[in-house]
Amino acid sequence: MDMPKPDARVLDAREAVVARLRTVLPGDAVISDPAETRAYDCDALTAYRCAPLAVVLPRTTAEVSAVLAACSALGVKVVPRGSGTSLAGGALPTADCVVLGVARMNAVIETDYANRFIKVQSGRTNLSVTGAVEAEGWFYAPDPSSQLACAIAGNIAMNSGGAHCLKYGVTTNNLLGVTLVLMSGEVVEIGGPWLEAGGIDLLGVICGSEGQLGVVTEATLRILPRPEGARPVLMGFDANAVAGACVADIIKAGILPVAIEFMDRPCIRATEEFAHAGYPDCEALLIIEVEGSPAEIDEQLARIKAIAARHQPVAYRESGSEEESRKIWLGRKSAFGAMGNINDYMCLDGTIPVSELPFVLRRIGEMSAEVGLDVANVFHAGDGNMHPLILYDANKPGDLERCEAFGAAILRLCVEVGGCLTGEHGVGIEKRDLMQVQFSDADLEAQLTVKDVFDPGWLLNPAKVFPLAVTAARRAG
Amino acid sequence: MRPETEAELSEMVRGAEGSLLLRGGGTRRLGSGVGGLLDLSGLSGISLYEPGALTLVAGAGTPLTEVEALLAGARQRLAFEVPDLRGLLGREGVSTLGGVAAANASGPRRVQVGACRDHLLGLRFVNGMGVAIKSGGRVMKNVTGLDLVKLLAGSHGVLGVISEVALKVQAVPEAAATLVGSRGLADGLAALRAALGSPYDVSGAAYVDGAALIRVEGMAGSVAYRAQALQARLGGAWDVVEGADLWRGVRDVSAFAGADGAVWRVSVKPSDALAVVTGLAGVAHRAVFDWGGGLIWLLVAAEVDVRARVPGGHATLVRALPGMEAVPVFPPETAAVAALTRGLRAQFDPRGILNAGMMG
Ligand SMILES: Cc1cc2nc3c(=O)[nH]c(=O)nc-3n(C[C@H](O)[C@H](O)[C@H](O)COP(=O)(O)OP(=O)(O)OC[C@H]3O[C@@H](n4cnc5c(N)ncnc54)[C@H](O)[C@@H]3O)c2cc1C
Repeated sequence: MDMPKPDARVLDAREAVVARLRTVLPGDAVISDPAETRAYDCDALTAYRCAPLAVVLPRTTAEVSAVLAACSALGVKVVPRGSGTSLAGGALPTADCVVLGVARMNAVIETDYANRFIKVQSGRTNLSVTGAVEAEGWFYAPDPSSQLACAIAGNIAMNSGGAHCLKYGVTTNNLLGVTLVLMSGEVVEIGGPWLEAGGIDLLGVICGSEGQLGVVTEATLRILPRPEGARPVLMGFDANAVAGACVADIIKAGILPVAIEFMDRPCIRATEEFAHAGYPDCEALLIIEVEGSPAEIDEQLARIKAIAARHQPVAYRESGSEEESRKIWLGRKSAFGAMGNINDYMCLDGTIPVSELPFVLRRIGEMSAEVGLDVANVFHAGDGNMHPLILYDANKPGDLERCEAFGAAILRLCVEVGGCLTGEHGVGIEKRDLMQVQFSDADLEAQLTVKDVFDPGWLLNPAKVFPLAVTAARRAG
Repeated sequence: MRPETEAELSEMVRGAEGSLLLRGGGTRRLGSGVGGLLDLSGLSGISLYEPGALTLVAGAGTPLTEVEALLAGARQRLAFEVPDLRGLLGREGVSTLGGVAAANASGPRRVQVGACRDHLLGLRFVNGMGVAIKSGGRVMKNVTGLDLVKLLAGSHGVLGVISEVALKVQAVPEAAATLVGSRGLADGLAALRAALGSPYDVSGAAYVDGAALIRVEGMAGSVAYRAQALQARLGGAWDVVEGADLWRGVRDVSAFAGADGAVWRVSVKPSDALAVVTGLAGVAHRAVFDWGGGLIWLLVAAEVDVRARVPGGHATLVRALPGMEAVPVFPPETAAVAALTRGLRAQFDPRGILNAGMMG
């Protein structure tokens, strides 16, 4: 993976840049000591690290605006950062950049149950948004597995999803408005607590823009009343294709579970050894969760059970208590940890049409045998968002490169069957150089022109999302 | 001009010497436009329908009715409940999928499932230079690159001519029931908000002609349970009407179809709805409330300045009367938003030929 050569002019001016930042921010909001900036050298794609020029931690929109205006004037690049849990390297610094972290901006600005929204500063963590409203019986629906740590800022930038997005949608479907600071320092209010603003849907293109268009400092989010209850069921099948067909039948029948999660045999085995959730030893396992009152749950599960029976499940276990629900989810929730316990792994998140699941899983198995790297699959089956975890050994020379090449081959396969490179983790640096597999030059050019409008100097998170060769002229300014 | 393929469409836009007036079926255009007619009804045909994957892909000129009929055959539908505004706007013609996407046309169920844009999986479009562009795809989750799908949805043709649409569809639920309660305006609107604030997954919340309407949909047992639970929570007398027919009137604002007056579409915080209407005291008007009060359809005389009476939110002039030519159709934007919008239009359509004069 290449990154552009740092701008020597900016590296030389380091002292002056830091001094300028100190004129617009309180002293404790500018970090330049390399020992202290180390925590910002990478995000959750830890294979890549780089020390930034400096880190700033503003507390208000006005401070963010002042930082961006100063960096603009000095021609210094800025990499926005939430909590640094991106799996795509979206928050990876460059040596000539200032990292702008919004972690200190974590206040709740307004809670309005009558109109079903909450307005927060963007550094607030995902889980603590729900935390702010749960006492009143409400929640914020998008629930990435990283929700304890990740910030709303990162969720908006990546358009993050979660296990429950089958019913409630991803971030973009739950976002009503943002305060966006442009690289120039200009503050723009977009959207708000109403459903329709009338003009072009700027909010729609800002969500998922990976810090390319502006720095989000505040967000208005849809909140919902918590359902009366939820109950998972676990079922095992003796072939991936059968589990896939069962998923399709449930969806076709018009039942809308809140989650349909899928694990294959390698993943079941690994998590069983790690978490002892008591999963059956089978080829494929589904966890399906439905919501409602006890009677509504019974009604949905009876229907699901009847559909599953047509596919001869080798195991069927309906939760009868809180404790059983916890056990059913335990293995799924520990899947990443279990993998990390065995080995280093790379997590992909290509999405495919659900009808292609059996074929793609079979191909991944064949490719895994050819390459000699194991793969475990755990993913959101209801929407075809795969998470193949490729196991490799970071200490073995060449293994990371082999793993990356294998990962790229899987993502190409996803695109070939009508899918895409990333369903929720974003492009970042990780899939940047594969964008031409999915998009034509004209498709990419249209995206670049959007960035031209918001960030004409190409100073905001510039070496991400698009292949470097495609953006070279623009980045050169 | 009537292209039958995307390649022909590209050719026509590239070669255009003046403004082009885009028309799918001509059933939901807002305001008047200028330019040579670009008739998109030839870009018709459903190329993919996978009920098990809830996915449909079709040309932009495909009639909405054709799509709805195919979906109905598999007991599926477009979840966002496309309004049919022909009666309201006094139009004839055949609504097309491209027009639905370009207008982000969304009905009562928006409070539960989101708008048209939330169900658009992908688009193909031709920009103002005649270049064909793809964004999104046909899968349920996709964060690859900037989301131009959202940008195009609701752009009323000013950024590009949509040529193909990929949509997420929904299974038709087994049952639907609507609570109908005769209420005064303030009480009725409060009931809508209380219903939306309940855990009963309300899929419609409207107030029309002195009655609050609250809809639930799903499996038969579940619908019966939630209809009951809502009545207990909201109190007062409610009739329960089965089926979904009465929502067609809300969706299409049929109450205003034959009535004289200008029609405005006002988007506010639901709790501000009452103030908008009490602000019209002494001014002849009629109002239909949808989205729990978040959407107000207003019927007023030409001279009533509705925008001056909307506390926070937006008003769109959906049906103008003669003499209102100077009133902008779309709500005014802040200087910063307007600058970004202008910038995008200049990039996507540098000659300014696509639906020139639309959206300010
Ligand atoms: C264990 C684990 C599980 C995960 N599970 C999920 C999951 O289930 N679903 C899912 O979707 N993701 C998941 N992720 C990925 C990650 O958590 C999400 O992408 C998350 O939204 C990132 O949030 P963050 O605050 O950490 O952002 P960061 O990593 O700090 O940044 C992410 C991107 O956002 C940009 N950005 C940050 N702040 C701003 C701002 N204020 N304005 C503009 N741009 C900004 C950054 O430049 C970067 O490009 C998981 C990650 C881990 C480590």
